[in-house]
Amino acid sequence: MGLEAVPHNFLTGRLEDLVKWARRNSMWPATFGLACCAIEMMATGAAHYDQARFGMEVFRASPRQADLMIVAGRVSQKMAPVLRQVYDQMVEPKWVISMGVCASSGGMFNNYAIVQGVDQVVPVDVYVPGCPPGPETLLHGILTLHEMVRTGEIMKRRRAQGAGAGAGVQIDQVDGIPSPVRLIGTQA
Amino acid sequence: MSDESPQGDADAAETVEEIAIADPVAAAVVEGFPGSVAVESHGQSVVYVDRGVLAEVTKRLRDAERFTQCTDVTAVDHAADVERVEIPGVVRERFEVVVNLLSHPRNARIRLICQVPEDDPTVPSVTPLFPGANFPEREAYDMFGITFDGHPDLARILMPDDWDGHPLRKDDPIARIPVTFKGDPAPR
Amino acid sequence: MSESMSDVINEPTAEEARLGRQTDEGAQELRPRQHEVVMTGGVWPDDDETMIINMGPQHPSTHGVLRIMMELDGETVLQAKPVIGYLHTGMEKTGEQLTYVQGATNVTRMDYLNCLGNELVYALAVENLLDTEVPERAVWMRMMLVELQRMASHLLFQATNGMDIGALSMMIYGWREREQVLRLLEMITGLRMNHNFIRVGGLAADLPDGWQQATLDVCDNVEAGVAEYETLLCENPIWQERTQGVGVITTEQALALGATGPILRSTGFPWDLRKAQPYLAYDDVDFEVIYTGNGDVYDRFLIRLFEILESVKIVRQCVARMPGGDYRVQDRKITPPPRGRIDESMEALIHHFKLFTEGFKVPAGETYVAIESPRGEVGCYLVSDGTGKPVRLHVRGPSFYNLQSVEAMVPGSMVADAVAIISSVDPVMGEVDR
Repeated sequence: MGLEAVPHNFLTGRLEDLVKWARRNSMWPATFGLACCAIEMMATGAAHYDQARFGMEVFRASPRQADLMIVAGRVSQKMAPVLRQVYDQMVEPKWVISMGVCASSGGMFNNYAIVQGVDQVVPVDVYVPGCPPGPETLLHGILTLHEMVRTGEIMKRRRAQGAGAGAGVQIDQVDGIPSPVRLIGTQA
Repeated sequence: MSDESPQGDADAAETVEEIAIADPVAAAVVEGFPGSVAVESHGQSVVYVDRGVLAEVTKRLRDAERFTQCTDVTAVDHAADVERVEIPGVVRERFEVVVNLLSHPRNARIRLICQVPEDDPTVPSVTPLFPGANFPEREAYDMFGITFDGHPDLARILMPDDWDGHPLRKDDPIARIPVTFKGDPAPR
Repeated sequence: MSESMSDVINEPTAEEARLGRQTDEGAQELRPRQHEVVMTGGVWPDDDETMIINMGPQHPSTHGVLRIMMELDGETVLQAKPVIGYLHTGMEKTGEQLTYVQGATNVTRMDYLNCLGNELVYALAVENLLDTEVPERAVWMRMMLVELQRMASHLLFQATNGMDIGALSMMIYGWREREQVLRLLEMITGLRMNHNFIRVGGLAADLPDGWQQATLDVCDNVEAGVAEYETLLCENPIWQERTQGVGVITTEQALALGATGPILRSTGFPWDLRKAQPYLAYDDVDFEVIYTGNGDVYDRFLIRLFEILESVKIVRQCVARMPGGDYRVQDRKITPPPRGRIDESMEALIHHFKLFTEGFKVPAGETYVAIESPRGEVGCYLVSDGTGKPVRLHVRGPSFYNLQSVEAMVPGSMVADAVAIISSVDPVMGEVDR
């Protein structure tokens, strides 16, 4: 092979695998706690469940330093533009976990105030069910995302169609009457 | 809603009894402000006052009767009530503004309720007397569209500034968004 | 070339260089001397110009989605204005769509650190309208659960308050004990948060086997944990420097602004609804109202720390004196029949079906019930029109009122102190915005 002369502490592999390995093992979440789920997200980061085992203990306060946005809680109509802005401030590659039923589908709050699923605002990679999901459930969601990163492609992550791909937003304010798009700066 | 219905009177006798005004504070208010009606609702002292004198009654309670804290200001929309308790001497209107006061020295509570008509939803603000009423009055304005005269900064507090309507009014729809599932053939 | 050579030869020794960098003020002085400061960027602003900065709604130290607008003069905050509504969930509207049976599911998500307390105040309000008395065992179970919840809430406060002020290890310590309380609550109610366990007319289920030992174990561990926090923080000079004399509020201000709970008690005003207007069986148990006199961030921290111990005391008494009997009222119009009865009795089946589809009807009327939550007075104003759903379900969230006191506490402090002050108010945005 021509590698016999190389000292034994070298490994060979594809660059792609190295990139995926690096991305998977140091995925820094942004602090984006909204409601009840944020408390369980803190529990996941605390000593007992110890997110640090997955290289994720650094919750970055600045979205520009974060790879992962865990949307923990219900997203109100007033918060949705802020959420989108935070997402846009994150640098690629970036991932989104929708934590809890409120973020995933609006949950029990199907009313004027709550966005019925954060995937109307940002593209979502993993949905974590529960109200609120326990730390184990969130860890399972995180590991699912890690597996997606490990087996996915590094250059093209998301299908053109699919969850959140058309994140141009249509939020109805009144039953049956479509309102003009309320979010600023979204991309189709 | 249920003006002069005999049914209402019969039920009113069960829940709200007109008593010989056991609470001395309520008696003093009724004496000082003609037109006020004092009742006892489930063991709690309630005074129905005219909305014109709400601020004066509150001031009197604060200064003369040592009511030290305004614990809550809120409003109720009675537009869709099936049945409403009849109180002799009180002309029921669509909205009610409810002010809860607490006296620490007396260890007593009193509740002031004033009727607010639909066509002129205005009441005097108690914020100049109790600065703590600032947020709750703004909330009542935001949710019900009731204007508080003399409030220093009456603006929307919970909903976005450009929101149409007042969500907690009964004629404001809850704005449910139909739940759709992936692959659902029905048009959205 | 020769000049540079001589420079090398004449280069001062490391020690000489270090001494040369010294200024009159001290050996490690890093402050640049006046003539070295170069001002750039055009005209330097006048002294009377202030700057408005925005904090939040996405900010790590605002406890969720609180937004604060601050006017600064240099590093000093002149005024602060909280902007809220970023978590407005329309819960009061949703509450009008849910039956009285379903209502507890809604209120428990308002103050998500005091889920059981919110369920309790809602259940008390509905029971007040129904004129229902719950059995003795239900009263004591409720009291024990609410006190466990208070412990969990204050432990989380210790964790987040420490993190906000910079004592990052407190985050780990606080969660260590809180996790144990959550596990106990999970064992009793089935959920770590948002329990929906205190229902109208009693509770959802009886206490599980072995609850006494599990509860006492948690009490012991929490007590040991609080002793550790006390050693770690109370005498810690950095902690004292950051918190003492910061964010001072007087009793008059707190009362006028509607502040309750630890904020009011930190000003030397011993007001606790558990003592002043006892509900449940609080007049029957032995505990103290913790209060201090300085009204600063340190005092609020201290009150919450020692309230954990008072809660432990109450929980121990509950374990020792838990009465037997029913855990919910035996009124088939309010309480669903036991599962076994549904298979045997047609009537039980109908009652079960009616309760969970239509719910029960509550006589027309209105009531306001208040209890002491970890953050202050949580009240429930409930208006009924005789149907199965409330006309108005209003919850007076203590954080909503306490947040107004930020405007009174912050002016004159530094930006970093503002973070400590917001943290010491312990706002839960879920009940601020509802």
